[in-house]
Amino acid sequence: MKKAEPFVSTTNACKMCTPLGAAMAFKGLEGCVPFLHGSQGCATYMRRYIISHFREPMDIASSSLGEKDAVYGGKANLMQGLLNVIGKYKAPAVGIATTCLTETIGDDVPTILHEFKKECLAELNGDMPALIHCSTPSYGGSHMEGFHAAVRAMVAQLADPATEKHGGINLFSGFISPEDIRHLQDVFAHFGLPVALLPDYSETLDGPALEDYQNIPGGGTPLDAVRAMPGAGASIEFGRTIKPERSAGAVLRDKYGVPLYSLGLPIGLRESDALFTTLETLAGCAAPRRCALERGRLLDAMVDGHKYVAGKKAVIYGEEDMAVGLTSFLSEIGVKPVLVASGGESGLLSEAVAAVTGEFPGDPPLVRDGVDFYQIVAEAEALEPDLVVGNSKGYRELARAHDIPLIRVGFPIHDRFGSQRVLHLGYRGALNLYDLIVNALIEKKQDDSPVGYGYI
Amino acid sequence: MEPVIFEERKTQIHRKGAEPFSISCNKSSLAGAVSQRACVFCGSRVVLYPIADALHLVHGPIGCAVYTWDIRGALSSGPELHRLSFSTDLREKDVIFGGEKKLYQALVELIDRHQPNAAFVYSTCIVGIIGDDLKAVCKKVEAEKGIPVIPVQSEGFKGNKREGYLAACEAMFQLVGTGDTSTISPLSVNILGDFNLAGEIWIIQDYLKRMGVDVVANITGDGRVADVRRAHGAALNLVQCSGATMDLAKMMQEKYGIPFIRVSYFGIEDMSDALYDVAKFFQDKDPEIMARTQELVREELTALYPKLQELRKDLEGKKAAIYVGGAFKAFSLIKSFRHLGMNVVMVGSQTGTEEDYQELAEITDEGTIIVDDTNPLELSAFIKEKDVDIFVGGVKERPIAFKLGVGFCDHNHERKEALEGFLGMYNFAKEVHATVTSPVWNFTPRRRKSPIAVNHAQEACLS
Ligand code: SF4
Ligand code: SF4
Repeated sequence: MKKAEPFVSTTNACKMCTPLGAAMAFKGLEGCVPFLHGSQGCATYMRRYIISHFREPMDIASSSLGEKDAVYGGKANLMQGLLNVIGKYKAPAVGIATTCLTETIGDDVPTILHEFKKECLAELNGDMPALIHCSTPSYGGSHMEGFHAAVRAMVAQLADPATEKHGGINLFSGFISPEDIRHLQDVFAHFGLPVALLPDYSETLDGPALEDYQNIPGGGTPLDAVRAMPGAGASIEFGRTIKPERSAGAVLRDKYGVPLYSLGLPIGLRESDALFTTLETLAGCAAPRRCALERGRLLDAMVDGHKYVAGKKAVIYGEEDMAVGLTSFLSEIGVKPVLVASGGESGLLSEAVAAVTGEFPGDPPLVRDGVDFYQIVAEAEALEPDLVVGNSKGYRELARAHDIPLIRVGFPIHDRFGSQRVLHLGYRGALNLYDLIVNALIEKKQDDSPVGYGYI
Repeated sequence: MEPVIFEERKTQIHRKGAEPFSISCNKSSLAGAVSQRACVFCGSRVVLYPIADALHLVHGPIGCAVYTWDIRGALSSGPELHRLSFSTDLREKDVIFGGEKKLYQALVELIDRHQPNAAFVYSTCIVGIIGDDLKAVCKKVEAEKGIPVIPVQSEGFKGNKREGYLAACEAMFQLVGTGDTSTISPLSVNILGDFNLAGEIWIIQDYLKRMGVDVVANITGDGRVADVRRAHGAALNLVQCSGATMDLAKMMQEKYGIPFIRVSYFGIEDMSDALYDVAKFFQDKDPEIMARTQELVREELTALYPKLQELRKDLEGKKAAIYVGGAFKAFSLIKSFRHLGMNVVMVGSQTGTEEDYQELAEITDEGTIIVDDTNPLELSAFIKEKDVDIFVGGVKERPIAFKLGVGFCDHNHERKEALEGFLGMYNFAKEVHATVTSPVWNFTPRRRKSPIAVNHAQEACLS
C-alpha cells in the first residue's frame, strides 16, 4: 500500500538504518565483533542507540574513513581496522557491514577481504578468523533488510557443504528480544529437539554480572553450529514479510535441500499454534504437557479478560513482521486493529495483515508501509484508538499527545527498564502481552474515573 | 595479560609522574579501535539542535537523523520544533541522480508546515560524496520563503566533532548581526556553550538576573533565532566549557569587538569564578554589582555547604574516573570531586587539545592516567587497574562501568539531572553518593565471589 500522502520529507522515522540491523545480527554469532565499513559516526551512533535499549556493552568497530579515504577508497582503513580488531579482541569472527558511504564510493568489500586473507595471514600467525560480510547501504531498505542480509550472509558464507546429516533444526527467529530467544530455546529443549538458533544474542546483549569485563561477551550461536546447518533435518524461519532473496532458510533449502518451514513470528495464539504444530511434526510427538498447559492458560486468560478489551481500537506500528504478529494477536483477543504501520517497505505487509485478520468480521485495518511517525499520528488521530502498541518512539507524539496507553514492545524501548526481557513469543509471550494490555486498559479507566474503584 | 593498548595509541595516553608530560591528540580515530567519538555531523547537531524555533533538516540517508532524534535533554521554555527529527531520507535513486530536488521539496514542505524562524540544513557523509549543492538550494528556498535557510557543512568524514562545532558556529554567525539591538541593556551577556540540559541554563539565568545582568541570547540552550540575530548587541560573551562555541565567540570578537570570557558552571569554585568574572567586567558600569554577586554566592554557599558535608562523610577517599567529550568539563569535575573528598585517578576526553591535557596533568595527582580518544578495552583496563568507585561519562560508557561493578554518573548530553550551578553541585553530589554507596556493589562478582556461578561448560546438573 502506498503512503497516505506523497510527503517528500521524513519526520520521526519509524525505522532504523540497514547496518544497525546487520550489527544486531552479527552480535548473535559467538565471538563475533560487528564491524562497519564507513566513517566513525555511524558506528558510534548505532552503539549508543542499541546500548540505550539493552543497557549492555555493544562494541561496533569502524574503519573510520576520513576525507581522503572517501576520495581514494577505504581499502587501507578496512584492512588496518580488521587487523586491529582481530589483534585486540582476539575475535574468532568479524561481521563486516558496509554503510552508505562505502557503498556510494564503491568499495569492493569481497575483493578487499580476499586480499586481506592472502596478505595478512602471516601477520596473524596463520590464524584467520571467520570474516563474514554483507552489503548494507541504508538507502536500500530499513534495519530489517540489514538484519536479514547479515543472517543470510552468515549462513551462506559459513555453511559447510561437507556436514553430515544430524537431524537438528535450524531456527532463524528474526529480530526478537533476548527473553524471546531464551524462551524458544526452552521450548525446543522441551520437545527434545536440538536447535541452532541464529542469531542468538540472548547472552551477548543480556549478559550476567561477571567478575571481569569481557571484551567479547560469552554466548552467541556457535560458529560450528552455523557451519553444520546444511546437515539439519529442517529449517524454520519466522517472518511473513521476508522476501525469498533475503531468506537464510532459502539458501539452505536451495543449495543443500534442507526443508524450510516459513512461519509468521509466533505472536499470539494462531501464530504460536503454527510453530508448535510444526515442532510436533518435526519431533514426531505431541507437544509436551507444559507447553499445552501454557496454551491452556493463555486461552483461559483470553476468556477471563475478554470484556476489558472488547471492541477497543488499536494502532500498531514497528517492524513489519512484529506488526503482523501483534495484529494477529490483537484480532484474536477482540481488540480491533485500526491501523498497522511500518517504516519498512517489503511490499508484503498488506498481504500478511490480510492473512492474519481475514477470519474476523468487520473492516480490515488500514495498512501503511514506508511511513514515518508524522503520517502515523495523522492517520491515528482520525481513528481515535484506545491503545497503541509498538516501540517507545511513538510515546511523545502519539500516545502522550493523545493520552492513549502505549504498550511498549519490540525495539527500541528507550524509556523503560528491562526492555531486553520483554517476552513476546509463544503462548507464554502472548500471555505476557495479554496481561500488559488488559492492565493498561484497566489503569486508564481507573485513572480517568472519579471513583477510584478498588475492585475491577 | 595481553596488552589492551594499541601500539598506535600509546602516545595518546599519559601517566602523570612516570615521564615528562607528553600526549598527542586531535588525531583521527584509529580504524578498528571502537572509538567513543561520533562525527562532524554529531558536533554540529549538538550545538545547533537546542535552537527550538528553527527547523533542523538532516540531508542524508535515514540513520543519521534517526539516531539523533530527541537524544539530548535540551529543554525549551516555548517551541519544541527541535525535538522532531527531520530527514530527506535519501534513497538509491537520489544517490544516483542527486538529492537537490528532494532537498528543495522537503524544505518547502516542512517550512510551510511548521513556519519556523530559520532552517538549518545539515549535510551528511553521503551528500559530500554525491556533491549536492546545498548552498544553492538553501539560497533558493531562503529567497522564496523569506526566512534564513542555512547550510551546515557537516559531512561526517571530514574530521571529528570539533570540525562540527566550527561548522555550527559558522552557520550561526550568518544569523548574528541581522537583528535589532536598540533595546539591549549595557549590562548584558550572551550565554554560549550551554545547552539547557535538564533546564540548567535557567539556573544560570537566574543568577545573572539577581546580579542585574540581562541575557540577550542563549547559544544555544532554550535558544531562539531572533535572539541569535541580535546577539551582537551584548556587551560580553560567556563561553562555557568544551569550546563548542568558542569559534563563534572569536568571530564575534573580531567582527563586533565583543570580548569573551571562558567559564564553567560546574562545581563551586568554577561557578563562583564565573559570576565574579562577570561582575568584574561590569564593575565600571555598575559599581554595586560586585557586592550583589558576593551576596548571591554567600547565600548559595551557606545553603549548599552543610548539605555537601553530610554527603562527603560517606565519600571520603573514594576514587573516580572521568571520560567526557570536552576536556574543559573535566577540570571542573576534578575540583568537584575534591569537595567530596574523592580522588580522580583517570581522566580523559574525546576531543581535548594538548593544552587541555597539559593543564589536566598539572591539576591531577601523581599516577593519574590521562587519555585522549579512548575505547572500551582501555577504559575497562584503567577502571580495573585503578579500582575506581565511580565512573563519570556518557551512555556509551555506562555499561562498561556497570559490568565492572562500578558506580556511574551520566555527565553527558543526555543527563536528566541539572548539574550546573550551586544547585547542580548538590545534585551531582547526591548522584555520586547514590551510586557509590549503593549496596549492590557488595554483591557484584568482582567484589564478592558468587556462590552460584555462571558456568558455560556445564548446562545441567550431573547427578
Ligand atoms: S553518515 Fe556521516 S554524518 Fe551520518 S552519522 Fe555516519 S559519519 Fe555521521
Ligand atoms: S550514513 Fe547510512 S549507515 Fe551511516 S548512520 Fe547514516 S544511514 Fe546509517
